[in-house]
Amino acid sequence: MAYIEARGLRKAYGATVALDGIDLQIEEGRILGLIGPNGAGKTTLLNAIVGLSPYEGHLAVVGRNPWTERDRLMRDVCFIADVAVLPRWIRVSQALDYLAGVHPRFDRAKADAFLAKTTIRPASKVRELSKGMVTQLHLALVMAIDARLLVLDEPTLGLDILYRKQFYDSLLTDYFERSRTVVVATHQVEEVEHVLTDVMFIDRGRVVFSRSMEDVESRYREVQVHPDRIAAARALDPIHERQGIGRSILLFEGVDPQQLGTLGDVRTPSVADLFVAIMGSRSGRARGATQ
Amino acid sequence: MNTLSWSIRRELWENRSIYVAPLAVAAVFLAGFLIGLIGLPGRMRAALALGPMEQRAAIEQPYVMAAIMLMAIALIVAVVYCLDAFYGERRDRSMLFWKSLPVSDLTTVLAKASIPILVIPLVTFAVTVATQLIMLLATSAVLAGSGISAGPLWAHVPFFRTALTNFGHLVVYHGIWYAPFYGWLLMVSAWANRAPFLWATLPPIAIGVVERVAFNTSHFAAMVRYRFIGDPGSAARAGGMTMDMLGPHSVGEYLTSPGLWFGLAVTAAFLFAAVRLRRSRGPI
Repeated sequence: MAYIEARGLRKAYGATVALDGIDLQIEEGRILGLIGPNGAGKTTLLNAIVGLSPYEGHLAVVGRNPWTERDRLMRDVCFIADVAVLPRWIRVSQALDYLAGVHPRFDRAKADAFLAKTTIRPASKVRELSKGMVTQLHLALVMAIDARLLVLDEPTLGLDILYRKQFYDSLLTDYFERSRTVVVATHQVEEVEHVLTDVMFIDRGRVVFSRSMEDVESRYREVQVHPDRIAAARALDPIHERQGIGRSILLFEGVDPQQLGTLGDVRTPSVADLFVAIMGSRSGRARGATQ
Repeated sequence: MNTLSWSIRRELWENRSIYVAPLAVAAVFLAGFLIGLIGLPGRMRAALALGPMEQRAAIEQPYVMAAIMLMAIALIVAVVYCLDAFYGERRDRSMLFWKSLPVSDLTTVLAKASIPILVIPLVTFAVTVATQLIMLLATSAVLAGSGISAGPLWAHVPFFRTALTNFGHLVVYHGIWYAPFYGWLLMVSAWANRAPFLWATLPPIAIGVVERVAFNTSHFAAMVRYRFIGDPGSAARAGGMTMDMLGPHSVGEYLTSPGLWFGLAVTAAFLFAAVRLRRSRGPI
């Protein structure tokens, strides 16, 4: 069953089109990274998925209409908008009590066990915690919910590298324990790419790239080209070229790796490199079109 | 039902002024009252020399004052609560957390509406009754110590009847009769992106002004005034500030009055709008 299924998803704020016909299908057990520049429509898309904003087009999340059934949907879906949304007045123990009271899938013992590994005290108010501790608290709450789908929108924004790493490590451990389905939107591509099973780039409300990571690994190659082979390399129609230290680095799609091996050192590109290449060629084309 | 009761509990965690404010007012009032007991025997003898009407007014006056002060603070707490109820969670973005939980917008709105309509009146009622009971017992003890009968005191401030009157006034009047005001304030709180107090007060004033200028009438202003202070004639008929004035004249008459049901219908419409607004309005 598709956990998220979107067809022709559109959303406009006045004259600004935030989502311009998004098609999306996410199966159970996948971890999708949603990557795009600022204002690409990532948050708008995730807000539509968790029932926070209306949209046009077809959208079903775990079989439900998120806009009309948000409360029922949220039994199966966990959402972290970013970590700064926990109410500042609430005590840690009150947050646990409340979740245990309203959420049928919340496991209080699990949250307590997670918090016991931190320095967070149950009597503390959120406003007394550091930003990193608030992240740990939010993570403890979310990890204790046996949700089928986890939606994360820039969950680690503004955190230092230790907490960011801890956040994704916890997420990964949890994922392997329970086979969760996850959608994560982020700028910090490097930190999530080893977690992802699928990657999607969006730009100006459209999907510009959507592949499984296996696909990316088998189809894309980056080559540090020997200076004397550069003409031969360019003849193979690279999708992107950038300057490394003393050498040009060319990115190829669907070219035989053995052939590329004769040009220089071949490796699999990082998602960040791929993102720069694909977004760069798009904006290059857009500039070309206006000239 | 479970999510509703947890949501109400959550409101009490966040807004402790709901019970702290009436308790603080009661404590300050009682402090003043207990100090004033020093001169009580003299005042009581003077009161007993008066005619029955004046005697009653003199004896029950501090009890009426305590009730009125607690009602005033309850009203202020309720208005402040309503204006911040949705505006606050949108401003600090915590609505993104609340909305990530399986609690419907309807449940949230009902939980928030129940605070000014039911919870604050009931809390104020309990604090008022406790305050008046402490006053009665302390007064009786002082009177007993100076050899004056406490009979007239309990006759003029009959405890159970006074409690019933307070219940009627606080729960029925401040809760249910004022419900349209609270519904309006909650709706504005869910809608306004800034200055909810101005958005709550200026449009009704504007309607009154336009009506006055355009038609030279003031039906809208009269309607709001009637909802707020009741029938202007009733206070005059009751003969000034007495305990009786605070109670509904007849429960049956009140329950069958079209004003009550019209008010509840208006409240339901405002709350329905608040549900829709909470669903669609995002953080600010």
